[in-house]
Amino acid sequence: MPQYLALIYTADVDWWAPEQAAELAEYRQFAVDNADSIRASAVLHPTSTATVVRVEGARGGHVVTTDGPYAETKEALTGYYLIEAADLEEAVAITAGLPAAWNGAVEVRPVIAVK
Amino acid sequence: MVPEQGTVQDTVAEAIRVEGARILATLIRTVGDVQTAEDAVQEATLAALGAWPVTGVPPQPRAWLTVTARRKAIDILRREGTRPGKERDGLRMIELARSDLPPDDVVHDDLLRLIFTCCHPTLSPPTRVALALRTLCGLSPAQIAGVLLTTEAATAKRLTRARQKIAAAHIPYRVPPENELADRLPTVCAVIHSLYTAGHAPVDGRTAYDVDACAEAVRLAELLHDLLPDQPMPSAVLALLLLTEGRRPSRLDEQGDVVTLDQQDRGRWDAAVIARGVALLNGSLRRSHRQADAYQLQAAIAAEHARAASYHDTDWTEILRLYDLLVSIAPSHTAGLARVVAATEAADAATGLAMLAELPPNPRWHGVRAELLAREGRYTEAARELAESLDGPATEPERQHRERRREAFLQLAMPSPPDESES
Repeated sequence: MPQYLALIYTADVDWWAPEQAAELAEYRQFAVDNADSIRASAVLHPTSTATVVRVEGARGGHVVTTDGPYAETKEALTGYYLIEAADLEEAVAITAGLPAAWNGAVEVRPVIAVK
Repeated sequence: MVPEQGTVQDTVAEAIRVEGARILATLIRTVGDVQTAEDAVQEATLAALGAWPVTGVPPQPRAWLTVTARRKAIDILRREGTRPGKERDGLRMIELARSDLPPDDVVHDDLLRLIFTCCHPTLSPPTRVALALRTLCGLSPAQIAGVLLTTEAATAKRLTRARQKIAAAHIPYRVPPENELADRLPTVCAVIHSLYTAGHAPVDGRTAYDVDACAEAVRLAELLHDLLPDQPMPSAVLALLLLTEGRRPSRLDEQGDVVTLDQQDRGRWDAAVIARGVALLNGSLRRSHRQADAYQLQAAIAAEHARAASYHDTDWTEILRLYDLLVSIAPSHTAGLARVVAATEAADAATGLAMLAELPPNPRWHGVRAELLAREGRYTEAARELAESLDGPATEPERQHRERRREAFLQLAMPSPPDESES
């Protein structure tokens, strides 16, 4: 069955902050309701905790790190779900239940099947 | 080119255009991949072009093309023997090896599958139009580029990406269940309507395409109505297209110049096409239980124009009422401007000018304002509006029409000094 990565884009929130508790509970409920379709998931710390890693030149080169996310955007990547669905329509129907779908956006990307 | 060669090529081209969508629709379901099916139909076309000049056109070109396309598909699938999902390929090969034509009800469902996949909401609107023109109308990327006013390379890239997305993201090849049709049909109808608009009222450039986008849109509307005769929206779209199409011959004169509605020779309207449009609209309205949709309203407006014996006999009050409804359910700049014209005819130019002030200006807005000002005898201002209108994009006939109107208004403005009270 095809797999899709549902990337959650929302305001750059701290999910552990008390004011996020209600929304976080909605995500937990989503996970319970769709347990049969979810293969993996994660909530992410805010982008202020992100580090971008680059290696100069080629493999083994000098490791350069920069503070912050790869791309500064109004809505940040704040979590993901790996979803299994029969087709894109089913994947869309499932992800439409994610609070990010109305508080931000969900990008659904098909995963390449590894043979 | 040898004449016979040309004739055979025309026959092949016509057979492919008429039967291509049917053959492709079934083949996509059988092989499970748009690209492979398109390649197979393409190879069958080339085979026909090679064989038919020698053997003559077979008595049943469709059967010939269907069986040949299946064989080509088998060849392609064998060549790509390493593809995933091999266990299903055995079943595919059996179905592809058949030599009989699929029954009509199967083709019917396959065509609907193809339509709903090409017009899938997860594809972008221009991609839906391009895919429909490619798979359902059998147009080449160069011809599609002509309709969509883009380049052949950009169109080819768009089509390739669309096929990749359909395959990689698993956009399903199926007809939506009855309870989802209300959600899915507007997307399909919008593809057909925007295609017709692209041909009927192009924003820019010369009118002459080598492809008549209006005729292609009518073909698609006929197909969708044939496949879903009980659905009100496809009949309303077909009605709207026919009611507009039936009046198309009088929109340009022999010189290719724009003729406005009040000047059109109504004797050149196609009464039979208009009558069919009216009948389809009535059928559509009878079958819908909700508030009239945007296509029904636009078709009703077109029907009002079509039934008026002359411009002055037009029931502008009714047309204004229909535009009020249309603007309330489907606001658009075009509908807003048409509503202004209807209000002017139903009341007076001052009413129209007041309504116009509520809408954002664009070239067509300036064109309408010019005509309303001229009605009030404010010719200098009218000419100035047309100069502004000519600043933006317009088709060549439309541009020439505005130039002529501007010159006429300047002539009329000559005797008296410019009216400065408005500026």
